[in-house]
Amino acid sequence: MTAPLLIIDDEPAIRRLVRGALDRAGFAADEASTAADGLAAARRAGCELVLLDLGLPDRDGIELVPLIKAMDRAVIVLTARDTTAEKVSALDLGADDYVVKPFDTEELLARVRAALRRRGAGAGALVTAGAITIDAARHEVHRDGIAISLTRKEFALLAELARFPGRVITHTQLLRSVWGAGHTDDVEYLRVTVRSLRRKLEPDPAQPTLIRNEPGIGYRLMD
Amino acid sequence: MAAIFRPVSISYCRNSMPGYCAVRPANTPRATGPIRFGYIGTVINDAAPQPSPDISPRDSRREGRGRLKILLGAAPGVGKTFKMLRDGADLLRTGRDVVVGIVETHGSAETEALAAPFETIAPRTIASGVDTVAELDLDALLARNPQVALIDDLAHNNVAGGRHPKRWQDIDEIRGAGIDVVTTVNIQHVESLGDIVAGFLRIRILETVPDSVFDDAEIEVVDLPPDELIARLQAGKVYLSDDATRANPHFYSKSNLSALRELALRRAAQTVDRQMLDHLRSTGEGGSFSAGVRLIVAIGDQPGSDNLIRAAKRLADALGAQWTAVSVETPRTASLSPAARATLAASLKLATTLGAAIVTVPAPTVMAGLRAMIIESQATAVVIGKSRRSWWFELRHGSVVDALVRDLDGVAVHVVPATMTARHDDTPVKRPWATRGIAFAAATVTLTTVLAWIVAPFTGPNSIDLLYLLPVIATATLFGLRPSLFASLAAALAYNFFFLLPLYTFTIEDPQNMVTLVVLVIVATVASQLTGRLQREATVGVRMANENAALAAFGQRLAAVSDEAGTARIVCDEVGRLLHVSTILLARKDGKLTIAGANPADVVLDPIDHAAADWAFDRGEPAGRDTTTITASDWQFHPLATSMGVLGVIGVGADHGEPVPSDRRLLFTTLIGQAALAHERLRAEADLRELVALKQRDELRATLLSSIGHDLKTPLTAVVAAAEAMATTQRSPEAALLKSEARRLRRVFDNLVEMTRLETGAAGAGMEATDLVDAIGGAVHDLRADLGGHKLVLDVPASLPLVEADPRMLNHILVNLVGNAAKFSAAGTPITIQGRRTASGVTLAVIDAGPGLPPGGADILFERFTRVTGTDMTGGTGLGLAIVKGFATAMGLGVRAGNRTDGDGAMFALDWPETLLRHGPAADTVGAG
Repeated sequence: MTAPLLIIDDEPAIRRLVRGALDRAGFAADEASTAADGLAAARRAGCELVLLDLGLPDRDGIELVPLIKAMDRAVIVLTARDTTAEKVSALDLGADDYVVKPFDTEELLARVRAALRRRGAGAGALVTAGAITIDAARHEVHRDGIAISLTRKEFALLAELARFPGRVITHTQLLRSVWGAGHTDDVEYLRVTVRSLRRKLEPDPAQPTLIRNEPGIGYRLMD
Repeated sequence: MAAIFRPVSISYCRNSMPGYCAVRPANTPRATGPIRFGYIGTVINDAAPQPSPDISPRDSRREGRGRLKILLGAAPGVGKTFKMLRDGADLLRTGRDVVVGIVETHGSAETEALAAPFETIAPRTIASGVDTVAELDLDALLARNPQVALIDDLAHNNVAGGRHPKRWQDIDEIRGAGIDVVTTVNIQHVESLGDIVAGFLRIRILETVPDSVFDDAEIEVVDLPPDELIARLQAGKVYLSDDATRANPHFYSKSNLSALRELALRRAAQTVDRQMLDHLRSTGEGGSFSAGVRLIVAIGDQPGSDNLIRAAKRLADALGAQWTAVSVETPRTASLSPAARATLAASLKLATTLGAAIVTVPAPTVMAGLRAMIIESQATAVVIGKSRRSWWFELRHGSVVDALVRDLDGVAVHVVPATMTARHDDTPVKRPWATRGIAFAAATVTLTTVLAWIVAPFTGPNSIDLLYLLPVIATATLFGLRPSLFASLAAALAYNFFFLLPLYTFTIEDPQNMVTLVVLVIVATVASQLTGRLQREATVGVRMANENAALAAFGQRLAAVSDEAGTARIVCDEVGRLLHVSTILLARKDGKLTIAGANPADVVLDPIDHAAADWAFDRGEPAGRDTTTITASDWQFHPLATSMGVLGVIGVGADHGEPVPSDRRLLFTTLIGQAALAHERLRAEADLRELVALKQRDELRATLLSSIGHDLKTPLTAVVAAAEAMATTQRSPEAALLKSEARRLRRVFDNLVEMTRLETGAAGAGMEATDLVDAIGGAVHDLRADLGGHKLVLDVPASLPLVEADPRMLNHILVNLVGNAAKFSAAGTPITIQGRRTASGVTLAVIDAGPGLPPGGADILFERFTRVTGTDMTGGTGLGLAIVKGFATAMGLGVRAGNRTDGDGAMFALDWPETLLRHGPAADTVGAG
């Protein structure tokens, strides 16, 4: 019987500890120590989510991201290489989330739960985040049942975030889908629009809870 | 333009104006003779006037320099000093800081009273002969640094021992320091007017001021009608100090004063004209000034050249033209007498002082050299002197004037008559072997006679004459004209005496024999001319070839060495050898100029020589003997100027005369250029070596860094995860302690890695538009587990402008500052993050309610590994604040620490300057609203 979770990491200590933590939280997990073994294990039916270490002995882990995504598995990247560019490229290749080593066990569990929940929810017509309900099909946003009027760009940005609630969407992805490929460097557009979205959606725009910033990487819609 | 040149006084016209000027525009039929024009002004412009796009050099030079006001008078006694003090008093009243640098009151109570309100820089007193002389104390004035300095007598010659030989140079340095200067001068001291004034005053002016000083000055004429001035003189109100007035009792004649007054007014008008042209040029406004006029003056070894140069200077000024003084080095100049050489050198020097560029052209004839120069520099006007040489000399060497007018299309030729003030012997140096030539001629003619005597009975007397060609041609080939003329004469006489009827007399019976004699003389002349010219051309050619070969060898030798000592040795050896001078090379070592090489090796420099060398190094200008600065030095120092700045100075010294004669100056300049290039190459090589070493070190560090990152992080992750696992399963105090210490270990580790990244330069700031609300939200999220019960108060208005920041660096800064505040204040107390728009930008402060910083603690706080004693309750490396400081600096932010003023607690603040704010596109342009 294949466990729904798979840990690909070359360090036995990490594998054991992560697996122990997942066990205690009620998740069954398999282990793999190389990229080749990991790909084989991920391919087996029943696997839902892969915790992928980027520093593997036989292959750069980042190359595995699109391969595993192609098997329709969620991917959370574990990385000791914490340069911003690497996180962004993992996310742009389709990774659902990332956790930087050394990580908090609690943080890791929270990300795992969120990723699994998103898989279960599927791409529904209605997305709820806190008091906000987003109806992508009808172009409507409600707070506590009251309709809120958004500009076209504000709605496009919110809808893009709401496509994958809880997941980090990189600046580049957001700018490309909302303003077009010519504006992928205009982070300023994003800042201004996020700010006006917060003014309309957040109870306190100075202490936002709905749209969270990942410094230098992107935004995520908190679910 | 023509108005400036209208001859207004006879003396001006006679002494300075070109006598006539001839021009033949392109594509017009050749005129039979020179066309006469009344005024120079009519021949200037055939090119359309066009504004030059670049800013005039005079304008740019003005920036940062003090302004100069010159009170120009016609003669002593017109009231210049009086006017200067009055002007100064006006400035004083408007609140300007005015001091008197030096004022000569000549004991006049009136002047002294006027000077009384000013602070006066105490003059330097120098013993000179029997009395003491008061000189301007340049250093004291510079140290006092007023806004305006009043300095009398611009043309004053400083007593030896000052920094500069001339007061106008002192004033130049004062203006360089940004101080405005008001000064006075009389018209006869203007350099380019020297010969005009000398012409009607019949004295020589020793104290002169270059015209360039007047170029960017405001000139005000202090005018007094001659009659009033003479009246003042008779009333005893004028102190006669000036050399000019002392030397000439008729100085104050009405006609003299009128002429001087006219000169002064005209000079002032000319400067105003010139400044207006500069203005027009820089603003691009229209106006009919001459564009693209390039003027060449040909300088020879005649004594009249000084007038020629001054005339060229005035013409160039009037035309607003660049001008070049050309000396053509012909085979003839190679054999000039020392006196003629000195004249030429002095002329070239005068031209340099008047602002000309100097070019020496080697060519077979003056005409060829001039023509080459005119074509190469695209000159539009040529000034030459009317030769006073004999018709015979011109016949042999050709008149340059006629040749120029004939050969050059579209070039204006201005001819200035030479005035002969003195005449030196310009015949070529008598060759020591001239007597040997005569002896040779005598011997060969005798030999030929003997030979002819032997063969005559067999051949008859008629073919004997051909034999006499042999000694003539031999002498001409070997010894030149004079001995060969002697040979032809001797041959003719011998032939006549021994072989023509009547025998043994000098009488000639047959007219056919007369022809033989004439032919002998002509053959001698032609042969000697031809061989002589070949010989001299060969000599010049050999010299040029030698110089070129020496330069090439110099370059090659320099390229072969790559150390400073070797380069210095080669430079000194070669310069010394080629120019026959002592040579020294100084380079900067440990902040001091030290001798890097010398030839001869035992050269010793006096303190004054060192001062000159320092000056040359600091200013990038030549200094020392025969320059304008520190002329008391025995050495002449030239900077080795390169694109990397001045890398050293090269000094040359000679026991007598100029260190570098004018005809070797071009060679010397080339040598200096090569030496500078070699030093630049050395410096570049050293820089490269250093760069490679640095790069290797950086690579090593980066490798170390990444291996630390990788090898430490994995076990650390395991430790943290294991500690957390134990804490959740065991719930013992030890497990809780392990968990919190493991987290702390992780934070210290993060800081260490960041610090190393910062130190190695691996962390370059990648700035992007950032919303501080976002940045704080991210940091607070990262910190939520470590706040230890502190209450976080966020006081950041959502309306703050966006700022530029590196997101990762800013996150680290905030995590460290908030973590630090949490560590040093009691649990449960609030920590406030406060953002404010200030007058100078945006400030973000982290404020705690702890005990605050001890007095003086703020200063040392940001040093690496500093922990502030007294507030250190929980330990730590202190690395966090050093990282805050490092990252803030890398991003261009200010960072401050202090105690809050509204109660206990410390405050750390980041300041974004206005330049790092992004006011962002308006919300509606990005589609938000």
